[in-house]
Amino acid sequence: MTAPKAGRRATDGPARLPPPRPSARCQACWFSAGLGLLVVASFGSLDLQWAQFFSLDAARSMGRFGGEFFPPNVQPAFLRHVLLATWETLAMSALGTALAAAAGLLLALPASRLHAGDAAWARTPTRLLLNALRSVPELVWASLLLIAAGLGPFAGTLALAAHTTGVLGRLFAEAIENAPPGPGAALRTQGIRPGPVFLYATLPQVLPQLMSYTLYRWENNIRAATVLGVVGAGGLGQLLAFHMGLFHMNKTATVLLAMLLLVGLVDALSLGLRRLLTR
Amino acid sequence: MSASAAQSAGPAPPLPPNRDPAWLGRVFWTGAVLLLLWPLLNATEFKPSQLFDARSREVTAQFLRSFVPPALAPDFLLLVARETWRTVAIATAGMTLALALALPLALLSTRVLSVSALRGRMGRVPFLLRQAVRGLLIVLRSVPELVWALVFVRVVGLGATAGVLAIALTYGGMLGKVYGEILESGETHATQTLLRNGCGRLQAFGYGLLPQNAGELISYTVYRWECAIRSSVVLGYVGAGGLGQQLDSSMKMFAGGEVTTMLLVFFALVALADRSSAWLRKTLA
Repeated sequence: MTAPKAGRRATDGPARLPPPRPSARCQACWFSAGLGLLVVASFGSLDLQWAQFFSLDAARSMGRFGGEFFPPNVQPAFLRHVLLATWETLAMSALGTALAAAAGLLLALPASRLHAGDAAWARTPTRLLLNALRSVPELVWASLLLIAAGLGPFAGTLALAAHTTGVLGRLFAEAIENAPPGPGAALRTQGIRPGPVFLYATLPQVLPQLMSYTLYRWENNIRAATVLGVVGAGGLGQLLAFHMGLFHMNKTATVLLAMLLLVGLVDALSLGLRRLLTR
Repeated sequence: MSASAAQSAGPAPPLPPNRDPAWLGRVFWTGAVLLLLWPLLNATEFKPSQLFDARSREVTAQFLRSFVPPALAPDFLLLVARETWRTVAIATAGMTLALALALPLALLSTRVLSVSALRGRMGRVPFLLRQAVRGLLIVLRSVPELVWALVFVRVVGLGATAGVLAIALTYGGMLGKVYGEILESGETHATQTLLRNGCGRLQAFGYGLLPQNAGELISYTVYRWECAIRSSVVLGYVGAGGLGQQLDSSMKMFAGGEVTTMLLVFFALVALADRSSAWLRKTLA
Protein backbone atom coordinates (compact mmCIF):
# COMPACT_ATOMS: atom_id res chain seq x y z
CA MET A 1 0.00 0.00 0.00
CA THR A 2 1.35 3.40 -0.91
CA ALA A 3 1.00 6.30 1.45
CA PRO A 4 -1.65 8.88 0.49
CA LYS A 5 -0.24 11.87 -1.33
CA ALA A 6 0.36 15.06 0.58
CA GLY A 7 -2.49 17.52 0.25
CA ARG A 8 -5.21 14.90 0.10
CA ARG A 9 -7.82 14.99 2.80
CA ALA A 10 -9.43 11.99 4.36
CA THR A 11 -12.83 13.20 3.20
CA ASP A 12 -11.77 12.89 -0.47
CA GLY A 13 -12.84 9.28 -0.62
CA PRO A 14 -11.11 6.47 -2.47
CA ALA A 15 -8.70 7.63 -5.16
CA ARG A 16 -9.87 5.66 -8.13
CA LEU A 17 -13.30 4.20 -8.66
CA PRO A 18 -13.89 1.68 -11.38
CA PRO A 19 -15.85 3.22 -14.24
CA PRO A 20 -19.55 3.04 -13.49
CA ARG A 21 -21.07 -0.01 -15.16
CA PRO A 22 -24.33 1.45 -16.47
CA SER A 23 -22.56 4.01 -18.67
CA ALA A 24 -20.33 1.33 -20.20
CA ARG A 25 -23.32 -0.81 -20.86
CA CYS A 26 -25.26 2.06 -22.35
CA GLN A 27 -22.42 3.00 -24.68
CA ALA A 28 -22.61 -0.51 -26.03
CA CYS A 29 -26.38 -0.36 -26.44
CA TRP A 30 -26.29 3.05 -28.11
CA PHE A 31 -23.65 1.73 -30.43
CA SER A 32 -25.65 -1.37 -31.31
CA ALA A 33 -28.78 0.71 -31.85
CA GLY A 34 -26.87 3.05 -34.15
CA LEU A 35 -25.39 0.16 -36.07
CA GLY A 36 -28.78 -1.49 -36.46
CA LEU A 37 -30.26 1.79 -37.66
CA LEU A 38 -27.45 2.21 -40.20
CA VAL A 39 -27.96 -1.30 -41.54
CA VAL A 40 -31.74 -0.95 -41.75
CA ALA A 41 -31.46 2.45 -43.38
CA SER A 42 -28.94 1.08 -45.88
CA PHE A 43 -31.13 -1.80 -46.92
CA GLY A 44 -34.20 0.42 -46.88
CA SER A 45 -32.85 3.24 -49.01
CA LEU A 46 -31.29 1.09 -51.71
CA ASP A 47 -33.70 -0.14 -54.34
CA LEU A 48 -32.37 -3.67 -54.18
CA GLN A 49 -34.08 -5.96 -56.61
CA TRP A 50 -34.03 -9.10 -54.53
CA ALA A 51 -37.29 -10.34 -55.94
CA GLN A 52 -35.88 -10.03 -59.39
CA PHE A 53 -32.57 -11.54 -58.34
CA PHE A 54 -34.07 -14.58 -56.68
CA SER A 55 -36.81 -15.16 -59.23
CA LEU A 56 -36.89 -18.21 -61.46
CA ASP A 57 -36.25 -15.96 -64.41
CA ALA A 58 -33.06 -14.56 -62.89
CA ALA A 59 -31.90 -18.04 -61.94
CA ARG A 60 -32.43 -19.17 -65.51
CA SER A 61 -30.60 -16.18 -66.98
CA MET A 62 -27.84 -16.66 -64.43
CA GLY A 63 -27.54 -20.29 -65.43
CA ARG A 64 -27.48 -19.39 -69.10
CA PHE A 65 -24.91 -16.70 -68.38
CA GLY A 66 -22.74 -19.14 -66.47
CA GLY A 67 -23.17 -21.78 -69.15
CA GLU A 68 -21.98 -19.44 -71.86
CA PHE A 69 -18.60 -19.28 -70.14
CA PHE A 70 -17.96 -22.92 -71.02
CA PRO A 71 -15.83 -23.99 -72.64
CA PRO A 72 -13.20 -21.27 -72.23
CA ASN A 73 -11.60 -20.25 -75.49
CA VAL A 74 -8.18 -21.89 -75.74
CA GLN A 75 -7.24 -21.18 -79.34
CA PRO A 76 -3.47 -20.62 -79.50
CA ALA A 77 -3.88 -17.23 -81.14
CA PHE A 78 -6.17 -15.99 -78.36
CA LEU A 79 -4.00 -17.53 -75.66
CA ARG A 80 -1.08 -15.55 -77.05
CA HIS A 81 -3.25 -12.43 -76.69
CA VAL A 82 -4.01 -13.28 -73.08
CA LEU A 83 -0.37 -14.00 -72.36
CA LEU A 84 0.61 -10.66 -73.82
CA ALA A 85 -2.01 -8.90 -71.69
CA THR A 86 -0.73 -10.73 -68.61
CA TRP A 87 2.78 -9.56 -69.35
CA GLU A 88 1.43 -6.05 -69.85
CA THR A 89 -0.29 -6.24 -66.46
CA LEU A 90 2.90 -7.39 -64.78
CA ALA A 91 4.94 -4.71 -66.52
CA MET A 92 2.42 -2.02 -65.53
CA SER A 93 2.54 -3.06 -61.90
CA ALA A 94 6.35 -3.34 -61.81
CA LEU A 95 7.01 -0.04 -63.52
CA GLY A 96 4.28 1.74 -61.58
CA THR A 97 5.72 0.49 -58.31
CA ALA A 98 9.28 1.44 -59.32
CA LEU A 99 8.21 4.95 -60.28
CA ALA A 100 6.24 5.22 -57.06
CA ALA A 101 9.21 4.07 -54.99
CA ALA A 102 11.41 6.74 -56.57
CA ALA A 103 8.82 9.49 -56.24
CA GLY A 104 7.85 8.31 -52.78
CA LEU A 105 11.45 8.53 -51.60
CA LEU A 106 11.78 12.01 -53.07
CA LEU A 107 8.59 13.14 -51.30
CA ALA A 108 9.39 11.30 -48.09
CA LEU A 109 12.44 13.51 -47.50
CA PRO A 110 10.53 16.78 -47.14
CA ALA A 111 7.73 14.87 -45.38
CA SER A 112 9.91 13.74 -42.50
CA ARG A 113 11.70 15.41 -39.62
CA LEU A 114 15.25 14.26 -40.38
CA HIS A 115 16.67 15.13 -36.97
CA ALA A 116 15.40 16.63 -33.74
CA GLY A 117 16.40 20.19 -34.63
CA ASP A 118 14.95 20.04 -38.14
CA ALA A 119 12.39 22.78 -38.70
CA ALA A 120 10.76 20.59 -41.38
CA TRP A 121 8.61 23.42 -42.67
CA ALA A 122 7.57 21.31 -45.68
CA ARG A 123 6.41 18.40 -43.53
CA THR A 124 2.73 19.26 -43.24
CA PRO A 125 2.13 20.34 -46.87
CA THR A 126 4.01 17.34 -48.24
CA ARG A 127 2.05 14.99 -46.01
CA LEU A 128 -1.17 16.60 -47.20
CA LEU A 129 -0.10 16.00 -50.79
CA LEU A 130 0.76 12.38 -50.00
CA ASN A 131 -2.62 11.92 -48.34
CA ALA A 132 -4.40 13.37 -51.36
CA LEU A 133 -2.46 11.08 -53.71
CA ARG A 134 -3.29 8.12 -51.50
CA SER A 135 -6.97 8.70 -51.00
CA VAL A 136 -7.82 8.70 -54.71
CA PRO A 137 -8.12 5.01 -55.69
CA GLU A 138 -6.07 3.69 -58.60
CA LEU A 139 -9.14 3.32 -60.77
CA VAL A 140 -10.16 6.95 -60.34
CA TRP A 141 -6.60 8.03 -61.08
CA ALA A 142 -6.69 5.92 -64.22
CA SER A 143 -9.89 7.50 -65.44
CA LEU A 144 -8.49 10.97 -64.72
CA LEU A 145 -5.20 10.24 -66.46
CA LEU A 146 -6.84 8.70 -69.51
CA ILE A 147 -7.53 12.23 -70.71
CA ALA A 148 -3.87 13.22 -70.65
CA ALA A 149 -2.18 9.90 -71.43
CA GLY A 150 -4.69 8.31 -73.77
CA LEU A 151 -6.13 4.81 -73.66
CA GLY A 152 -3.68 2.03 -72.90
CA PRO A 153 -1.20 0.76 -70.35
CA PHE A 154 0.64 4.08 -70.05
CA ALA A 155 -2.31 5.65 -68.23
CA GLY A 156 -2.60 2.58 -66.01
CA THR A 157 1.08 2.72 -65.11
CA LEU A 158 0.84 6.39 -64.19
CA ALA A 159 -2.33 5.74 -62.17
CA LEU A 160 -0.68 2.97 -60.19
CA ALA A 161 2.36 5.18 -59.68
CA ALA A 162 0.26 8.12 -58.45
CA HIS A 163 -1.69 6.15 -55.85
CA THR A 164 1.32 4.11 -54.73
CA THR A 165 3.47 7.24 -54.40
CA GLY A 166 1.05 8.44 -51.74
CA VAL A 167 1.14 5.12 -49.90
CA LEU A 168 4.90 4.56 -50.14
CA GLY A 169 5.82 8.18 -49.45
CA ARG A 170 3.98 8.06 -46.17
CA LEU A 171 5.44 4.68 -45.18
CA PHE A 172 8.95 5.81 -46.21
CA ALA A 173 8.61 9.00 -44.19
CA GLU A 174 7.60 6.99 -41.12
CA ALA A 175 10.57 4.66 -41.65
CA ILE A 176 13.00 7.55 -42.05
CA GLU A 177 11.71 9.30 -38.93
CA ASN A 178 11.96 6.10 -36.91
CA ALA A 179 15.53 5.30 -37.99
CA PRO A 180 18.09 5.32 -35.18
CA PRO A 181 19.46 8.89 -35.13
CA GLY A 182 23.01 8.04 -33.96
CA PRO A 183 24.93 7.65 -37.26
CA GLY A 184 23.27 10.69 -38.79
CA ALA A 185 24.06 12.81 -35.74
CA ALA A 186 27.67 11.66 -35.84
CA LEU A 187 28.07 12.80 -39.44
CA ARG A 188 26.18 16.02 -38.89
CA THR A 189 28.38 17.10 -36.00
CA GLN A 190 31.33 16.69 -38.36
CA GLY A 191 29.76 19.31 -40.56
CA ILE A 192 28.61 17.01 -43.36
CA ARG A 193 25.83 18.43 -45.51
CA PRO A 194 22.30 16.96 -45.22
CA GLY A 195 22.44 15.16 -48.58
CA PRO A 196 25.43 12.95 -47.81
CA VAL A 197 24.16 12.49 -44.25
CA PHE A 198 20.97 10.98 -45.65
CA LEU A 199 22.78 8.89 -48.27
CA TYR A 200 25.48 7.48 -45.99
CA ALA A 201 23.79 7.30 -42.59
CA THR A 202 19.99 7.19 -42.78
CA LEU A 203 19.35 5.45 -46.10
CA PRO A 204 21.51 2.35 -45.45
CA GLN A 205 19.67 1.82 -42.15
CA VAL A 206 16.16 2.02 -43.57
CA LEU A 207 16.82 0.47 -46.99
CA PRO A 208 15.72 -3.08 -46.05
CA GLN A 209 12.45 -1.71 -44.68
CA LEU A 210 11.89 0.42 -47.77
CA MET A 211 12.51 -2.59 -49.97
CA SER A 212 10.02 -4.71 -48.07
CA TYR A 213 7.36 -1.99 -48.26
CA THR A 214 7.98 -1.66 -51.99
CA LEU A 215 7.70 -5.40 -52.59
CA TYR A 216 4.50 -5.52 -50.55
CA ARG A 217 2.99 -2.72 -52.61
CA TRP A 218 4.10 -4.44 -55.80
CA GLU A 219 2.11 -7.47 -54.77
CA ASN A 220 -0.92 -5.25 -54.17
CA ASN A 221 -0.38 -3.45 -57.45
CA ILE A 222 -0.37 -6.67 -59.47
CA ARG A 223 -3.82 -7.31 -58.09
CA ALA A 224 -4.90 -3.73 -58.80
CA ALA A 225 -3.43 -3.74 -62.31
CA THR A 226 -5.55 -6.72 -63.35
CA VAL A 227 -8.74 -4.68 -62.92
CA LEU A 228 -7.48 -1.23 -63.91
CA GLY A 229 -8.08 -2.00 -67.55
CA VAL A 230 -11.84 -1.99 -67.00
CA VAL A 231 -11.78 1.78 -67.57
CA GLY A 232 -9.46 1.32 -70.56
CA ALA A 233 -6.04 1.48 -68.93
CA GLY A 234 -4.49 -1.64 -70.42
CA GLY A 235 -3.67 -5.12 -69.22
CA LEU A 236 -5.96 -8.06 -68.55
CA GLY A 237 -8.80 -5.80 -67.39
CA GLN A 238 -9.04 -4.07 -70.73
CA LEU A 239 -9.22 -7.44 -72.49
CA LEU A 240 -11.92 -8.50 -70.04
CA ALA A 241 -14.02 -5.38 -70.50
CA PHE A 242 -13.62 -5.58 -74.27
CA HIS A 243 -14.74 -9.20 -74.64
CA MET A 244 -17.46 -8.91 -72.04
CA GLY A 245 -18.81 -5.86 -73.82
CA LEU A 246 -19.01 -7.83 -77.06
CA PHE A 247 -20.55 -10.85 -75.28
CA HIS A 248 -17.62 -13.10 -76.24
CA MET A 249 -18.30 -15.22 -73.20
CA ASN A 250 -15.80 -17.99 -73.97
CA LYS A 251 -13.00 -15.49 -74.32
CA THR A 252 -14.18 -13.70 -71.18
CA ALA A 253 -13.90 -16.98 -69.32
CA THR A 254 -10.30 -17.42 -70.47
CA VAL A 255 -9.38 -13.91 -69.34
CA LEU A 256 -11.09 -14.47 -65.98
CA LEU A 257 -9.16 -17.70 -65.52
CA ALA A 258 -5.91 -15.93 -66.39
CA MET A 259 -6.71 -13.25 -63.79
CA LEU A 260 -7.45 -15.83 -61.12
CA LEU A 261 -4.29 -17.71 -61.99
CA LEU A 262 -2.17 -14.57 -61.82
CA VAL A 263 -3.60 -13.44 -58.50
CA GLY A 264 -3.39 -16.93 -57.03
CA LEU A 265 0.18 -17.33 -58.22
CA VAL A 266 1.22 -14.00 -56.71
CA ASP A 267 -0.51 -14.91 -53.43
CA ALA A 268 1.16 -18.31 -53.25
CA LEU A 269 4.55 -16.91 -54.20
CA SER A 270 4.43 -14.14 -51.62
CA LEU A 271 3.23 -16.54 -48.92
CA GLY A 272 6.00 -18.99 -49.78
CA LEU A 273 8.66 -16.27 -49.83
CA ARG A 274 7.47 -14.87 -46.53
CA ARG A 275 7.57 -18.33 -44.94
CA LEU A 276 11.05 -18.86 -46.36
CA LEU A 277 12.31 -15.52 -45.07
CA THR A 278 10.81 -15.73 -41.59
CA ARG A 279 11.83 -19.33 -40.96
CA MET B 1 39.44 25.62 -38.12
CA SER B 2 40.24 22.97 -35.55
CA ALA B 3 40.99 20.38 -38.24
CA SER B 4 43.57 22.59 -39.91
CA ALA B 5 45.10 23.34 -36.55
CA ALA B 6 45.43 19.63 -35.79
CA GLN B 7 46.96 18.96 -39.20
CA SER B 8 49.58 21.68 -38.89
CA ALA B 9 50.68 20.26 -35.54
CA GLY B 10 52.08 16.94 -36.82
CA PRO B 11 53.01 15.26 -40.09
CA ALA B 12 49.96 14.88 -42.35
CA PRO B 13 48.47 11.36 -42.10
CA PRO B 14 48.06 9.48 -45.41
CA LEU B 15 44.64 10.33 -46.82
CA PRO B 16 42.31 7.44 -47.68
CA PRO B 17 41.73 6.95 -51.41
CA ASN B 18 39.32 9.62 -52.54
CA ARG B 19 37.12 7.11 -54.36
CA ASP B 20 33.96 5.30 -53.37
CA PRO B 21 35.01 1.70 -52.67
CA ALA B 22 31.58 0.40 -53.72
CA TRP B 23 31.46 2.06 -57.14
CA LEU B 24 31.83 -1.15 -59.16
CA GLY B 25 28.78 -2.77 -57.58
CA ARG B 26 26.75 0.40 -57.94
CA VAL B 27 27.57 0.81 -61.61
CA PHE B 28 26.77 -2.86 -62.23
CA TRP B 29 23.38 -2.76 -60.51
CA THR B 30 22.41 0.52 -62.13
CA GLY B 31 23.23 -0.97 -65.52
CA ALA B 32 21.30 -4.15 -64.76
CA VAL B 33 18.22 -2.20 -63.65
CA LEU B 34 18.32 -0.02 -66.74
CA LEU B 35 18.59 -3.15 -68.90
CA LEU B 36 15.60 -4.69 -67.12
CA LEU B 37 13.64 -1.48 -67.41
CA TRP B 38 13.75 -1.48 -71.19
CA PRO B 39 11.22 -4.31 -71.82
CA LEU B 40 8.98 -2.87 -69.11
CA LEU B 41 8.97 0.54 -70.76
CA ASN B 42 8.15 -1.13 -74.06
CA ALA B 43 5.34 -3.25 -72.66
CA THR B 44 3.62 -0.34 -70.96
CA GLU B 45 4.01 1.95 -73.98
CA PHE B 46 5.73 4.39 -71.68
CA LYS B 47 5.98 7.61 -73.64
CA PRO B 48 6.07 10.65 -71.39
CA SER B 49 6.28 12.80 -74.50
CA GLN B 50 2.66 11.82 -75.10
CA LEU B 51 1.69 13.88 -72.07
CA PHE B 52 3.27 16.97 -73.55
CA ASP B 53 2.37 16.89 -77.21
CA ALA B 54 0.36 19.84 -78.36
CA ARG B 55 -3.06 18.24 -78.68
CA SER B 56 -3.00 16.30 -75.46
CA ARG B 57 -1.68 19.35 -73.63
CA GLU B 58 -4.50 21.46 -74.93
CA VAL B 59 -7.19 18.96 -73.91
CA THR B 60 -5.59 18.44 -70.51
CA ALA B 61 -5.23 22.13 -69.87
CA GLN B 62 -8.85 22.67 -70.81
CA PHE B 63 -9.95 19.84 -68.52
CA LEU B 64 -7.82 21.11 -65.65
CA ARG B 65 -9.08 24.65 -66.13
CA SER B 66 -12.64 23.41 -65.87
CA PHE B 67 -11.82 21.98 -62.42
CA VAL B 68 -12.17 25.42 -60.83
CA PRO B 69 -14.57 26.57 -59.62
CA PRO B 70 -16.17 23.43 -58.16
CA ALA B 71 -19.81 22.96 -59.12
CA LEU B 72 -21.95 24.20 -56.23
CA ALA B 73 -25.44 24.39 -57.73
CA PRO B 74 -27.96 23.38 -55.03
CA ASP B 75 -29.58 20.59 -57.02
CA PHE B 76 -26.17 19.18 -57.91
CA LEU B 77 -25.12 19.23 -54.26
CA LEU B 78 -28.33 17.42 -53.39
CA LEU B 79 -27.53 14.80 -56.00
CA VAL B 80 -24.01 14.38 -54.63
CA ALA B 81 -25.36 14.03 -51.09
CA ARG B 82 -27.79 11.36 -52.23
CA GLU B 83 -25.10 9.46 -54.13
CA THR B 84 -22.73 9.71 -51.16
CA TRP B 85 -25.34 8.15 -48.93
CA ARG B 86 -25.90 5.44 -51.52
CA THR B 87 -22.17 4.71 -51.50
CA VAL B 88 -22.17 4.32 -47.72
CA ALA B 89 -25.37 2.28 -47.90
CA ILE B 90 -23.94 -0.07 -50.54
CA ALA B 91 -20.85 -0.61 -48.40
CA THR B 92 -22.90 -1.20 -45.25
CA ALA B 93 -25.43 -3.52 -46.87
CA GLY B 94 -22.62 -5.40 -48.60
CA MET B 95 -20.76 -5.78 -45.33
CA THR B 96 -23.89 -7.07 -43.59
CA LEU B 97 -24.36 -9.75 -46.22
CA ALA B 98 -20.64 -10.50 -46.16
CA LEU B 99 -20.86 -11.06 -42.40
CA ALA B 100 -23.83 -13.36 -42.88
CA LEU B 101 -21.73 -15.30 -45.38
CA ALA B 102 -18.43 -15.22 -43.52
CA LEU B 103 -19.51 -16.23 -40.01
CA PRO B 104 -20.91 -19.68 -40.87
CA LEU B 105 -18.09 -20.36 -43.31
CA ALA B 106 -15.46 -19.37 -40.76
CA LEU B 107 -17.11 -21.59 -38.15
CA LEU B 108 -17.19 -24.45 -40.65
CA SER B 109 -13.57 -24.02 -41.65
CA THR B 110 -11.86 -23.43 -38.32
CA ARG B 111 -9.83 -26.32 -36.96
CA VAL B 112 -10.28 -25.35 -33.33
CA LEU B 113 -13.92 -26.42 -33.28
CA SER B 114 -13.22 -29.92 -34.59
CA VAL B 115 -14.42 -32.62 -32.21
CA SER B 116 -12.58 -35.42 -33.97
CA ALA B 117 -9.29 -33.49 -33.78
CA LEU B 118 -9.45 -33.75 -29.97
CA ARG B 119 -8.33 -37.34 -30.34
CA GLY B 120 -5.25 -36.35 -32.32
CA ARG B 121 -5.81 -36.38 -36.05
CA MET B 122 -8.92 -34.91 -37.57
CA GLY B 123 -11.29 -37.40 -39.19
CA ARG B 124 -11.15 -37.70 -42.96
CA VAL B 125 -14.61 -36.34 -43.73
CA PRO B 126 -14.37 -33.26 -41.45
CA PHE B 127 -10.91 -32.59 -42.85
CA LEU B 128 -12.15 -32.69 -46.44
CA LEU B 129 -15.15 -30.51 -45.55
CA ARG B 130 -12.91 -27.91 -43.93
CA GLN B 131 -10.54 -27.89 -46.90
CA ALA B 132 -13.48 -27.50 -49.29
CA VAL B 133 -14.82 -24.51 -47.33
CA ARG B 134 -11.35 -22.98 -47.32
CA GLY B 135 -11.12 -23.44 -51.07
CA LEU B 136 -14.48 -21.72 -51.49
CA LEU B 137 -13.31 -18.78 -49.36
CA ILE B 138 -10.14 -18.47 -51.43
CA VAL B 139 -12.10 -18.41 -54.69
CA LEU B 140 -14.54 -15.81 -53.34
CA ARG B 141 -11.68 -13.66 -52.16
CA SER B 142 -9.44 -13.85 -55.18
CA VAL B 143 -11.99 -12.64 -57.71
CA PRO B 144 -11.69 -8.84 -57.45
CA GLU B 145 -14.93 -7.12 -56.44
CA LEU B 146 -14.85 -5.14 -59.66
CA VAL B 147 -15.07 -8.35 -61.68
CA TRP B 148 -17.94 -9.63 -59.54
CA ALA B 149 -19.67 -6.31 -60.12
CA LEU B 150 -19.14 -6.55 -63.89
CA VAL B 151 -20.70 -10.01 -63.85
CA PHE B 152 -23.65 -9.01 -61.65
CA VAL B 153 -24.35 -5.88 -63.66
CA ARG B 154 -24.95 -8.27 -66.56
CA VAL B 155 -27.33 -10.41 -64.52
CA VAL B 156 -29.33 -7.93 -62.42
CA GLY B 157 -28.79 -4.81 -64.47
CA LEU B 158 -27.26 -1.46 -63.57
CA GLY B 159 -27.78 -0.35 -60.01
CA ALA B 160 -26.95 -0.86 -56.40
CA THR B 161 -27.81 -4.56 -56.30
CA ALA B 162 -24.71 -5.50 -58.30
CA GLY B 163 -22.48 -3.45 -56.01
CA VAL B 164 -23.97 -4.93 -52.84
CA LEU B 165 -23.56 -8.46 -54.16
CA ALA B 166 -20.00 -7.85 -55.34
CA ILE B 167 -18.95 -6.49 -51.95
CA ALA B 168 -20.83 -9.28 -50.17
CA LEU B 169 -19.01 -12.02 -52.08
CA THR B 170 -15.45 -10.64 -52.07
CA TYR B 171 -15.59 -9.35 -48.51
CA GLY B 172 -17.36 -12.51 -47.37
CA GLY B 173 -14.35 -14.46 -48.62
CA MET B 174 -11.86 -12.10 -46.98
CA LEU B 175 -13.69 -11.93 -43.66
CA GLY B 176 -14.23 -15.69 -43.57
CA LYS B 177 -10.57 -16.44 -44.16
CA VAL B 178 -9.29 -13.90 -41.67
CA TYR B 179 -11.89 -14.86 -39.03
CA GLY B 180 -10.74 -18.46 -39.35
CA GLU B 181 -7.12 -17.38 -38.91
CA ILE B 182 -7.92 -15.20 -35.90
CA LEU B 183 -9.87 -18.01 -34.23
CA GLU B 184 -7.02 -20.44 -34.78
CA SER B 185 -4.19 -18.12 -33.76
CA GLY B 186 -5.38 -17.40 -30.21
CA GLU B 187 -5.24 -19.45 -27.05
CA THR B 188 -7.53 -22.47 -27.59
CA HIS B 189 -7.28 -24.15 -24.23
CA ALA B 190 -10.66 -23.03 -22.88
CA THR B 191 -12.43 -24.06 -26.07
CA GLN B 192 -10.78 -27.47 -26.09
CA THR B 193 -11.76 -28.02 -22.46
CA LEU B 194 -15.36 -27.11 -23.21
CA LEU B 195 -15.42 -29.48 -26.17
CA ARG B 196 -13.83 -32.29 -24.16
CA ASN B 197 -16.48 -31.92 -21.50
CA GLY B 198 -19.27 -32.43 -23.96
CA CYS B 199 -20.22 -28.92 -25.05
CA GLY B 200 -21.62 -28.51 -28.51
CA ARG B 201 -19.47 -26.71 -31.08
CA LEU B 202 -21.64 -23.58 -30.99
CA GLN B 203 -21.53 -23.50 -27.20
CA ALA B 204 -17.76 -23.88 -27.26
CA PHE B 205 -17.59 -21.04 -29.77
CA GLY B 206 -19.93 -18.77 -27.83
CA TYR B 207 -18.39 -19.29 -24.40
CA GLY B 208 -14.78 -20.12 -25.21
CA LEU B 209 -13.64 -18.78 -28.55
CA LEU B 210 -15.78 -15.69 -29.05
CA PRO B 211 -15.10 -13.85 -25.76
CA GLN B 212 -11.38 -14.32 -26.30
CA ASN B 213 -11.27 -13.05 -29.86
CA ALA B 214 -14.20 -10.62 -29.99
CA GLY B 215 -11.99 -7.52 -29.89
CA GLU B 216 -9.83 -8.60 -32.76
CA LEU B 217 -12.78 -9.81 -34.84
CA ILE B 218 -14.67 -6.55 -34.41
CA SER B 219 -11.63 -4.44 -35.13
CA TYR B 220 -10.95 -6.29 -38.37
CA THR B 221 -14.61 -6.02 -39.40
CA VAL B 222 -14.63 -2.27 -38.83
CA TYR B 223 -11.43 -1.91 -40.82
CA ARG B 224 -12.98 -3.86 -43.68
CA TRP B 225 -16.08 -1.68 -43.56
CA GLU B 226 -13.82 1.29 -44.15
CA CYS B 227 -12.25 -0.52 -47.12
CA ALA B 228 -15.72 -1.36 -48.43
CA ILE B 229 -16.67 2.32 -48.52
CA ARG B 230 -13.59 3.04 -50.58
CA SER B 231 -14.24 0.19 -52.96
CA SER B 232 -17.93 0.95 -53.35
CA VAL B 233 -16.88 4.24 -54.96
CA VAL B 234 -14.77 2.30 -57.44
CA LEU B 235 -17.62 -0.13 -58.13
CA GLY B 236 -19.70 2.75 -59.42
CA TYR B 237 -17.40 2.87 -62.42
CA VAL B 238 -18.88 -0.32 -63.82
CA GLY B 239 -22.41 0.86 -63.15
CA ALA B 240 -23.05 -0.31 -59.61
CA GLY B 241 -24.43 3.01 -58.43
CA GLY B 242 -23.16 5.53 -55.94
CA LEU B 243 -20.58 8.28 -56.12
CA GLY B 244 -18.36 6.43 -58.58
CA GLN B 245 -21.02 6.22 -61.26
CA GLN B 246 -21.69 9.95 -61.00
CA LEU B 247 -17.95 10.66 -61.07
CA ASP B 248 -17.56 8.53 -64.18
CA SER B 249 -20.34 10.24 -66.06
CA SER B 250 -19.13 13.72 -65.08
CA MET B 251 -15.66 12.84 -66.26
CA LYS B 252 -16.97 11.56 -69.56
CA MET B 253 -18.76 14.87 -70.05
CA PHE B 254 -15.54 16.76 -69.17
CA ALA B 255 -17.46 18.54 -66.40
CA GLY B 256 -14.39 19.39 -64.34
CA GLY B 257 -16.23 21.43 -61.70
CA GLU B 258 -18.47 18.50 -60.85
CA VAL B 259 -15.44 16.21 -60.68
CA THR B 260 -13.76 18.59 -58.21
CA THR B 261 -16.81 18.71 -55.97
CA MET B 262 -17.18 14.95 -55.96
CA LEU B 263 -13.48 14.34 -55.35
CA LEU B 264 -13.63 16.72 -52.38
CA VAL B 265 -16.69 14.93 -51.04
CA PHE B 266 -14.89 11.65 -51.58
CA PHE B 267 -11.84 12.87 -49.63
CA ALA B 268 -14.11 13.95 -46.80
CA LEU B 269 -15.96 10.63 -46.84
CA VAL B 270 -12.74 8.59 -46.75
CA ALA B 271 -11.31 10.76 -43.98
CA LEU B 272 -14.54 10.44 -42.00
CA ALA B 273 -14.61 6.66 -42.43
CA ASP B 274 -10.94 6.52 -41.46
CA ARG B 275 -11.51 8.59 -38.31
CA SER B 276 -14.66 6.81 -37.21
CA SER B 277 -13.13 3.41 -37.87
CA ALA B 278 -10.03 4.32 -35.83
CA TRP B 279 -12.24 5.65 -33.03
CA LEU B 280 -14.49 2.57 -33.07
CA ARG B 281 -11.53 0.21 -33.04
CA LYS B 282 -10.00 2.06 -30.10
CA THR B 283 -13.28 2.11 -28.17
CA LEU B 284 -14.25 -1.48 -28.83
CA ALA B 285 -10.88 -3.20 -28.54
